[in-house]
Amino acid sequence: MKRKTWLFGTSGSTGKTKGRTRRPPRIQKTAKTQKTQQLSYELKIKEAMSKKVLTLKPNRTMMDVRKVLKDHRFTGIPIVESGRLVGIVSIEDLINCLTAGSMETMVKDIMTTKVVTLFSDEPLIHAINKFGSHGFGRFPVLDRDSKKLMGIITKQDIIECLLSTLQSLYHARESKKGNRYQVARLFADVPSDWTTLILKYHVKGGDFGKAGEKSDQLKGNLLKLGYADEQIRRLIISALEAEMNLVIFTSGGDMIAQIEPDKMTVKVIDDGPGIPDIELAMQPGYSTAPDFVRELGFGAGMGLPNIKNCTDEMKLESWPGKGTNLEFSVYS
Amino acid sequence: MKIKQIMKILEAEAIGAQRDNLDIKTGCGSDLMSDVLVFTRPGSMLLTGLTSRQVIYTASTAGVEAICFVRGKKPPEETIKLAEEKKIALMITNLPMFESCGRLYDKGLVGCSELAGASEK
Repeated sequence: MKRKTWLFGTSGSTGKTKGRTRRPPRIQKTAKTQKTQQLSYELKIKEAMSKKVLTLKPNRTMMDVRKVLKDHRFTGIPIVESGRLVGIVSIEDLINCLTAGSMETMVKDIMTTKVVTLFSDEPLIHAINKFGSHGFGRFPVLDRDSKKLMGIITKQDIIECLLSTLQSLYHARESKKGNRYQVARLFADVPSDWTTLILKYHVKGGDFGKAGEKSDQLKGNLLKLGYADEQIRRLIISALEAEMNLVIFTSGGDMIAQIEPDKMTVKVIDDGPGIPDIELAMQPGYSTAPDFVRELGFGAGMGLPNIKNCTDEMKLESWPGKGTNLEFSVYS
Repeated sequence: MKIKQIMKILEAEAIGAQRDNLDIKTGCGSDLMSDVLVFTRPGSMLLTGLTSRQVIYTASTAGVEAICFVRGKKPPEETIKLAEEKKIALMITNLPMFESCGRLYDKGLVGCSELAGASEK
């Protein structure tokens, strides 16, 4: 007796799987699966299906079926006449014929005619649900209007389609960042117990024309290295304040940026006049800057408090008459 | 608020490249650059009477997208050039600082009363 449904699948879908899974698979709504779930609604079956399908005509014999299944290691084959799907023959049908010794029987007398199919314009989620509710390994895909066989879809096709779509989305997002390197990747490529990148800048004292240039240069480099905009912003606000301090109060000094994958540190070292009272200097509004500096818009006594607010770590040491060491970090 | 609208409110004149469709979220008026660094948020507009290059560096660091020079102060060429490089829109208004800020605030452009870094840490 002919079976009403066909089992036509990859290795997993022998008779055992029939009827085992009745519930559609539930996709849990976590942040990680949300994108995949969204994609399964957006993508169409025709985007995931295999378009090259081997078929047989109904007037062929089961011997021909045996050859195709054996040669291509298929577990079933759609039967097509004038482009229309008329049935399906599975490996189980073949085994039954082998056992009965009826290999000369025509395919049309053996094939299952009630075939569960999908339309090519259905969303991928329909295929996923059907795999869950029927337990089959694959479904023929038809064109909705002409009802012609367009392709065939397996669970593997769905996985490959989702993965490649996710990958191209990822690449699209990466390339949006322009020519940014991924600093984490750079560091991963040169493994050691401790890796760091040091960028040193010398700031000239009293050179108000160029004040701000070094911080701006550092900002450009951090952008290229792929740090997040907000972390760069916090670090560069601090660097700019520190650079202005070097220009205003000292005869010059160094800004040394130490780049690590998870942390950016700037050390500002000068041999200027030093800060006699650090506690006082940290008070918002306290300033010893001369008037001409204030006219330039600086020296409002907000520099050091500003650095403290913007950074995750700040260390200030000063020796009056000898110099000042300032160090601040932003974590990424 | 769109730059185009802001220019109309301030009766301002654009300098250099126009960015009519730039959307400004918050405003800040100051002649103190440290205050700009502390009190602005990315996507804001700065109103200032200073025209030095440091204004552009400060604006760029703080994420300021547009600057309006008040009291009719015309910035030097080097400032305009640096602003173009940093893609910061520039304009001049003859209005003084208080009136410029007042007009924008009145039309719904809010201030950035939030310490820089305070919300990001």
